[in-house]
Amino acid sequence: MADPAAPIRWTGTPVRRLEDPRLLAGASRFVDDVNPARLLHVAFARSPFAAARIERIDAAGAVAVPGVVAVFTARDLDLPGLRPVLERDDFTVTEMPLLARDVVRHAAEPVAMVLAETRDAAEDGAEAIAIDYDATDAVSSIEQAIADGAPLVHEAARGNLLLDAAMYDHEELDAALDAAEVVVEQTFTSGRVTAAPMEGRACLAEWDERDRRVIVHVSHQIPHLVRTTIADLLGLAEQRVRVVTPDVGGGFGLKCVVGREEVLVAAAAVRLRRPVKWVEDRLENLTASFHGHEQRYVVRAGFDADGVLLGLDAEIAADVGAYACFPFTCGVEPLMASTELPGPYRLTRYRARGKAVATNKPPIAPYRGVSRPQITFVLERLMDMAARRLGLDAVEIRMRNLIAPGEFPYRSAAGLLYDEGSYLESLQRCADALDHDGWRTRQADARARGRLIGLGYSCFSERTAYGTPAFASRRMAITPGFESANVRMDPSGGVTVAVGTLSHGQGHETTFAQIAADELGLRPEDVRVVQGDTDTTPHGWGTFASRSIAIGGGAVKRAVETLAARVAAIGAHLLEVAPADVVLADGAVSVRGAPERSVAIAEVARAAHHAAHRLPDGAEPGLEARATFDPPGTFSNATHGAEVEVDPETGAVSILRYVVVEDCGVVINPMIVDGQVHGGVAQGVAAALYERLVYDERAQPLSGTFADYLVPTAAEIPPIEIHHLQTLSAHSATGAKGMGEGGAIGAPAALANAVSDALAHLGVEVDAIPISPEWVLAALRESRANVAAGGAP
Amino acid sequence: MTQRHRIAIAVNGTTHDVEVESRRTLVDVLRHDLGYTGTHVGCEQGVCGACTVLLDGEPVRACLVFGVQADGAQVQTVEGLGDQEHLSPLQETFSSAHALQCGFCTPGFLMLVTAFLRDHPSPSDAEIREAVASNLCRCTGYQNILRAVRTAADATASGDGSAGEPS
Repeated sequence: MADPAAPIRWTGTPVRRLEDPRLLAGASRFVDDVNPARLLHVAFARSPFAAARIERIDAAGAVAVPGVVAVFTARDLDLPGLRPVLERDDFTVTEMPLLARDVVRHAAEPVAMVLAETRDAAEDGAEAIAIDYDATDAVSSIEQAIADGAPLVHEAARGNLLLDAAMYDHEELDAALDAAEVVVEQTFTSGRVTAAPMEGRACLAEWDERDRRVIVHVSHQIPHLVRTTIADLLGLAEQRVRVVTPDVGGGFGLKCVVGREEVLVAAAAVRLRRPVKWVEDRLENLTASFHGHEQRYVVRAGFDADGVLLGLDAEIAADVGAYACFPFTCGVEPLMASTELPGPYRLTRYRARGKAVATNKPPIAPYRGVSRPQITFVLERLMDMAARRLGLDAVEIRMRNLIAPGEFPYRSAAGLLYDEGSYLESLQRCADALDHDGWRTRQADARARGRLIGLGYSCFSERTAYGTPAFASRRMAITPGFESANVRMDPSGGVTVAVGTLSHGQGHETTFAQIAADELGLRPEDVRVVQGDTDTTPHGWGTFASRSIAIGGGAVKRAVETLAARVAAIGAHLLEVAPADVVLADGAVSVRGAPERSVAIAEVARAAHHAAHRLPDGAEPGLEARATFDPPGTFSNATHGAEVEVDPETGAVSILRYVVVEDCGVVINPMIVDGQVHGGVAQGVAAALYERLVYDERAQPLSGTFADYLVPTAAEIPPIEIHHLQTLSAHSATGAKGMGEGGAIGAPAALANAVSDALAHLGVEVDAIPISPEWVLAALRESRANVAAGGAP
Repeated sequence: MTQRHRIAIAVNGTTHDVEVESRRTLVDVLRHDLGYTGTHVGCEQGVCGACTVLLDGEPVRACLVFGVQADGAQVQTVEGLGDQEHLSPLQETFSSAHALQCGFCTPGFLMLVTAFLRDHPSPSDAEIREAVASNLCRCTGYQNILRAVRTAADATASGDGSAGEPS
């Protein structure tokens, strides 16, 4: 029994979200809800060609459209472009121009910017601009781009390689592969997808003549980065730029990079001294924004007769499109993949080479999981393929290779230090939940009735809370990592926590308030979390890469601890006891063991501000504290298990059961954690079965609507069963590890393994995602043809 | 195309006279001419349903309806359900079930579900799933939206007008 007299712990409690009422009542404020007087609207004239020289731009037709106020081309603005840098010899620096000047490198690249009194007039104006293009040959795929004599996307990038990084090369690898009982050699590919948040990108900039600065409202994940970027490119001091991110309608990585349009909108507002707004429409979001996850892996994995992984050799290529994203660069996917491919398994002999291949398609940006969905897909497929060849069970081969308790902290073949995890236990729990022992009988019964069902697992470790050292090792010229929090108690005892992270659906206004409330003996609703305004928040790196609860929450905890100590010291002084003899609980400072002797925290706060003469000697008036936190990084872990059925007539895959056993350390708000798993799994299911941005061989986009790009509905996403394990991390101030991406990481591998299990007796192994009905039907046709030819299926 | 029309629309019971271009969609009229910014625009292609409002009681994609088509009509938007201090039972249930994350698609789901539960006071789980599949959400994987609708339906069926705690 819990002690009823014990103070309430908000950590671990499914507190209803404090941000919900405004979002439910239509009282939220997204960028497009802000409409200042004299507002100008933006539409862009975008290239219809994937590769072309710009011969001539004639804006006269646009200027003549009623309501059009200005048209800007690259020459009119004459601004530098976005130039993200990795300080590595194997990286080629390129620049993404804000507007194309002489050449275009992908379809829908912005060429001219039209500003008008209405959005309609701006779009009419963009259509009325006459641009003469001389189309040139485009490259549309990794294969085309690296072929001999391929047209170059950038003159400086020979062979269209923007990064070619030989990362690890264990001297014993080749000998180990030679000696292996089984070597699985396989090429795996994954399709181009995009985050597609329900609110696309959006930006509103206005010139504030009183303070002589530009105020930028932007739908973004890292407001402080947007400020620096705009200030640098426009040549302004940072204090002349204020960036506000009001409510943000989802991001998933898309909004953690700075886009061309956001800088252009700010530039136009400064130049015209009028408010300027651009709201990305869905066609732009799908064809002109940022994409990701289009990768190819050529791998060799050796196993001994017991299924023990002996070595892994991987050549990794990411189709990064025409430009590098700012500030992460196009190295983000290949470097992440090379560093984290070894996953949760014991592996010493490892070689990886990661390439960023330029094509005439839109650039990539981090998208939920960043290469981890792909590396998990690859590694987990290798495990199952090896198991099949060795006659081993899928769970058994994993049990023999997963890093076991007692081996932590574990140094990976790529040099990463894994903190404590529950790799074996999560797999066992998942297998139990899916009645693994009875599976082969159930499958055989189903096959006897003509049904193709399969069971698949994926085990993974999810590196989260990337601190400064993690990004520094990538050699980014701009190195994210730390996080900050400022906390202040007002004279009434209310607390304001200002953070550099940026919740855009993750519920930090609630979880950070829970962390603060626990330290201060208050309720979450007594704590107001302020984010998303560079004027009022400390510098921080926003919300991406599953960093906020572990890094931002750590900063909040440390700042609040300092504040709590000061509240305790003042309260103790007012109670005439030693600070060590008081506790903060239930809104009061009270004497330990004698709760009737107490002073309300509100009274302490009042004294600190309005009666400073009552404070202990040497105590500073006011109640404020600040902290930063910069951990080395933590590893969450999980096992996903999926049971699927394949329809041999249509090729459709339906998910019969989906189980997640996850371990993200201390759970602050279990309701929110489950919600993150749900959403992540849905995006993983989408990438595994449905979503793909299709480009033709001339790099023309064919997926311009949600009728072409198939974001799943409630009809496609199955019920998701979640189990929790809780391994504490010494690398986290709260014990919490990040977990925002795990759902998306685990799902493609589990589904690919399940489909492969369903079709294994037909000789089909999934080597590509999405597993479309067309792919399944083609695989089944090939299997039948092989049998008809007298061979194995 | 630029011809203008005077139309009268009643939004949440308040009648507005407004002059619109022929091509102005209902969602732009609501958001930009009348200031009902609670209704959101997710695709302008009629797929995502973020802009769902009730037009004479029926859920419609406000991006696929022209303003002139709503002349003389009654429109209900999320602002008409309940304000922050007085959330409706359905809004309360969405919160207690954690059926929203970023909240951008939420007004569309609330309007969709309002009409659905009015017309299907005792829905089956399959009917709920089919109705919820009308709109897109990128954050929740729909798990808790389905749970919220089930809970709201059960609360209505049991005569309990207040929002139940989701099971």
